[in-house]
Amino acid sequence: MSNVPADLKYTKSHEWVRTLSDGTVEIGITDHAQHALGDLVFVEVPEAGRAVRQDEPCAVVESVKAASDVYAPLAGEITAGNPRLADAPETVNSDPYGEGWLMRLRPGAGALAAAELLSAADYHKVLAAEGD
Amino acid sequence: MAFIPHTEADVAAMLATIGVRRIEDLFEEIPASLRASSLAGVPEQLNEMQVGRLMSERAAVDGTPLSFIGAGAYEHHIPAAVWAITTRGEFYSAYTPYQAEASQGTLQTIYEFQTMIARLTGMEVANASMYDGGSATAEAALMAVRANRKSKSARILVPTTLHPHYRRVAVAMACNQGLEFEELPYCTVEGVTLPASLARYDGEDVTALIIQQPNFFGRLEDVDALTDWAHAHGILVIAVVNPTSLALLKPPGEWGSEGADIAVGEGQPLGVPLSSGGPYFGFMATRMEYVRQMPGRIVGRTLDVAGQEGFTLTLQAREQHIRRAKATSNICTNQGLLMTAATIYMSLMGPQGLARTAAASHARSRELTAMLTRLPGVRLAFNGPHFHEAVLLLDRATEPVLEALAARGIIGGLDLAPYYPELGPALLVCATETKTAADLERYRAALSDAMQTARAA
Repeated sequence: MSNVPADLKYTKSHEWVRTLSDGTVEIGITDHAQHALGDLVFVEVPEAGRAVRQDEPCAVVESVKAASDVYAPLAGEITAGNPRLADAPETVNSDPYGEGWLMRLRPGAGALAAAELLSAADYHKVLAAEGD
Repeated sequence: MAFIPHTEADVAAMLATIGVRRIEDLFEEIPASLRASSLAGVPEQLNEMQVGRLMSERAAVDGTPLSFIGAGAYEHHIPAAVWAITTRGEFYSAYTPYQAEASQGTLQTIYEFQTMIARLTGMEVANASMYDGGSATAEAALMAVRANRKSKSARILVPTTLHPHYRRVAVAMACNQGLEFEELPYCTVEGVTLPASLARYDGEDVTALIIQQPNFFGRLEDVDALTDWAHAHGILVIAVVNPTSLALLKPPGEWGSEGADIAVGEGQPLGVPLSSGGPYFGFMATRMEYVRQMPGRIVGRTLDVAGQEGFTLTLQAREQHIRRAKATSNICTNQGLLMTAATIYMSLMGPQGLARTAAASHARSRELTAMLTRLPGVRLAFNGPHFHEAVLLLDRATEPVLEALAARGIIGGLDLAPYYPELGPALLVCATETKTAADLERYRAALSDAMQTARAA
């Protein structure tokens, strides 16, 4: 059973979203996603300053056998990509909700509401439907 | 690996087992409107004897002329051992095998090839080969757009001193992927791209600069200044190089203060015969930093569970079977046979042998141009050093001169009129280590006669 912290928001495509005190949001992939991918060997994060649309692919997580896109859960401007992941991609495996965050972005006006993010309870249902 | 086709009896047994009368019946569900009819204009089959005869007759039409044409494909001596070894059953395959790891010898050959190319170019990592120099250049441009994340323009600067065919191939392969190729004029006195001419791009968003060394005219570009200018402006450098020349010239990995970012080229000079234009192979090398953006197969060396050395395809998440539409390229194999020949050629020649070949080619080319430019009406187009080919300007039309030479069994060079009409009557002429002093004299005498005939006409 995957770890799904109650204080985060989620997407069906297995990203999590944390609202920070400065109004920006932090984004990563869930414990379920990192487990399904296996040991990550490479993570490509977006550059600060890039404007992204909701559902736009903006990061890549690569394991030995697969490479997957990570989609922006909501529209906005990237304020940071996690610099630690270039040399330590395995951080996403070991601490997916903490040090393994992928990017931070400043949501555009109304973007957070438009994103229709899932609660932890709803994301649990998504995982249950996928058999986790 | 043996390939054993089904016998007619096998096919009949299989059909009987599944209860189908004819193979065609298996395709019945495909609507007739979607089925391809037989191809029009394809001649009847020929047997091996007939094909052999046809090919010898065709080859006889070409004859065995004394060739002074280079322009991207170069006649070099190929030690007999190269193809004797390459065509051994263990090597004789055009492709990376499926279930690649079952063929450790093939993978080791590819690994050795990659190592040799990386050392020759002075780069950190090379792939298992590309189709040819032109497509490798196009793939390098596409790769640069992925690798240069600071640039948003997908704009590639292409000197007109880059091989005209490579320029066309790059545009054909990449124009529908949003790449914009902008041609840079060359200096008509020196036949190179002047670093000062790039100043007008200062401050503009440019993704990559392609530099061919030696360039299409055989001239040496100021690669250090061009590379440093590009890097100072956040522009990646794609080196297009002749592998033979790298035995003498500074490798792309050492250009400027940081080195080129991607090095590609035509591999044909490394043991592949001219054979009427192909098949050839391309090579590609880069920095480790950009390896995930590199197309093509890459073989790595590793240890198995018993701690023994083994070879494996690696970094496959770049490739089509994993990355699907977002793969770095649709290239999913390598030019296995030609790459094998090149690996054997390089191992037989060694660094000294390759350097001697390059030096002898350079010397022959200098002797040839010195002899020819003593003839009235013939002069060098550009000042400055050449590698093994040079542009000659004639004071009369090239076509009748080339025809007169051809009548005496000499291919006198490439007529540059279709590619560089601004030069006037111009020939791109090459001599490699294969040409003897007598060959050079035969060309000089024939050209002298041809020029006089053309003058009288």
